[in-house]
Amino acid sequence: MDQFTINLLFVGGSFALYIGIAIWARAGSTSEFYAAGRGVHPVTNGMATAADWMSAASFISMAGLIAFTGYDNSSFLMGWTGGYVLLALLLAPYLRKFGKFTVSEFIGDRFYSQTARIVAVVCLIVASTTYVIGQMTGVGVAFGRFLEVDNTTGLLIGACVVFAYAVFGGMKGVTYTQVAQYVVLITAYTIPAIFISMQLTGNPIPGLGLFGDHVASGEPLLVKLDQIVAELGFASYTENHLDKTNMVLFTLSLMIGTAGLPHVIMRFFTVPKVSDARWSAGWALVFIALLYITAPAVGAMARLNITEMMWPNGGIKGGAVAVEQIQNDPKYDWMDNWQKTGLLDWEDKNGDGKIQYYNDKNAEMQAMAAEKGWSGNELTKFNRDILVLANPEIANLPGWVIGLVAAGGLAAALSTAAGLLLAISSAVSHDLIKGAIKPTISEKGELMSARVAMAVAIIVATWLGLNPPGFAAQTVALAFGLAAASIFPALMMGIFSTRINNTGAVWGMLAGLTVTLLYIFLHKGWFFIPGTNSFTDADPLLGTIKSTSFGAIGAMVNFAVAYVVAGMSKETPQAIKDLVESVRIPRGAGAAQDH
Amino acid sequence: MSDKQSNNAYWSANMRIISISLVIWALVSFGFGILLRPMLSGIAVGGTDLGFWFAQQGSILVFLGIIFYYAWRMNRLDREHGVDEE
Repeated sequence: MDQFTINLLFVGGSFALYIGIAIWARAGSTSEFYAAGRGVHPVTNGMATAADWMSAASFISMAGLIAFTGYDNSSFLMGWTGGYVLLALLLAPYLRKFGKFTVSEFIGDRFYSQTARIVAVVCLIVASTTYVIGQMTGVGVAFGRFLEVDNTTGLLIGACVVFAYAVFGGMKGVTYTQVAQYVVLITAYTIPAIFISMQLTGNPIPGLGLFGDHVASGEPLLVKLDQIVAELGFASYTENHLDKTNMVLFTLSLMIGTAGLPHVIMRFFTVPKVSDARWSAGWALVFIALLYITAPAVGAMARLNITEMMWPNGGIKGGAVAVEQIQNDPKYDWMDNWQKTGLLDWEDKNGDGKIQYYNDKNAEMQAMAAEKGWSGNELTKFNRDILVLANPEIANLPGWVIGLVAAGGLAAALSTAAGLLLAISSAVSHDLIKGAIKPTISEKGELMSARVAMAVAIIVATWLGLNPPGFAAQTVALAFGLAAASIFPALMMGIFSTRINNTGAVWGMLAGLTVTLLYIFLHKGWFFIPGTNSFTDADPLLGTIKSTSFGAIGAMVNFAVAYVVAGMSKETPQAIKDLVESVRIPRGAGAAQDH
Repeated sequence: MSDKQSNNAYWSANMRIISISLVIWALVSFGFGILLRPMLSGIAVGGTDLGFWFAQQGSILVFLGIIFYYAWRMNRLDREHGVDEE
């Protein structure tokens, strides 16, 4: 059976499974559409949250980010998991007790302000839409490589599948397909990692193999890796090369942003009890950690494998890989396959029939190159995003593993896309239509409008995926920045302080939002238009703080402004203080189910 | 003890548990993983140092411990103060 048929079987099989689940889990009421009838078991919800959260960025990009920088990108590992501590301790149980359907609804009720609710809805829609673009383009890339269809067809197939289970199933359909998608994505991620860890370290657990010994050299894997990258003039893998203030702020921004992303928070509305919400956050992190503990191992091992492939004769002294070997040796087939996608490329610049891969920006290496007659790095392009997808081919694993990884990448992108689309559609139907435009709408009408909003959201997301704005890659910083600077502080103050009133909350959110947007636009260009920026992340406005790290500062501004303004304006009414009291006490959460 | 007082005692106990948990949360990630890494450089772990381990794996494992401890501790606290869900 050829690789194309295998890929088709894996991807087609997984899609059939998702649609089967969608037919079984059809939503009949708004409670089922928005919160899966609040009957989801905490472990099940944990698994669905993990799939919801782990996007194309976690599955496809993260290991690549770590592979090419090592320790310096640990921020992603700590930031994208540490947010769950904030979620579990500061938000999830209380929002579940409140017992409504959307994040903006809590903000609107707690701060007794339609303005606060609308500000939250706008942040929610902007953050979720920017995030969904990345997922849709991820779907296109995965299809393009594995099923040899063009980007557009791939994206349209993906959109139809999401349509089938999200529009009919709502939260209920999405929850159970996400469980299936989690199983597919975690299997796809760990199986190649186990194979590779066995090959390199003899340890079947990649997370332990990372700190184990490299079988071929007998040295610790990380020592071997540090040696091999140093030999080629690259920065050391395990050492720190970054400014620590920026690293701390970046990590903190990712944590606060994670805790403030609405599509993650709303998953905790689906469990039956407050105590379940607490356990569920733990289970979510267990399922996320299975991938996040494996990712740094995947990154380090792939870096070692790729470097050794480029210098197959015992490092730099043995000479580089020959062009002829890349073309003829089946071990190097992956390079030909990925060259076709334009994400990988090489060029024999000095015409010696070999491909020298080294850091040509390093002065010592330039001296060595002059001596040996090299004309610069000849592995001219290596897109970091292909690392996880190409990994099984790089390690020469059987064809079915490659098919599995294709299905896994699609599962990661589709599950996150569905969660985001659900957050957008419930904000539109519940907060805008029922909350603001037509409060008298019947349940049936609201359910219908939720489905229509979902369908429109899918069409918009697909269109944006097909015509990604030039700034698509930068918008992730925007999504995290918005969530960190506006939504997280508002939710936290709503629960932990009775002092913050409507005026304080609105001014706080607007202040946090404004400074964060300003800082991002000043560095990335106004509305991401190239050339309109006044500063760059290499030389930022405030000390060493890059625009991607600013979310945490935006959050602090939000807190500070809210406290000052609340202190100067009318006290919170007693009814709202009682509401906060009741949110803090778990007893009575069952009653909220039937609201 | 009135409901109000009991609820206040419950809330301050909760705040205490949250504060301790967040100190540990910050210590393992921002502390051991980033700022205090040079101080831990003497402790070797599989070809590198303890700070690297905390940054790439250790902090995640501690985060898990914190969340499960909090869930267990709070469910007990709910019952002690009679505010658990029947």
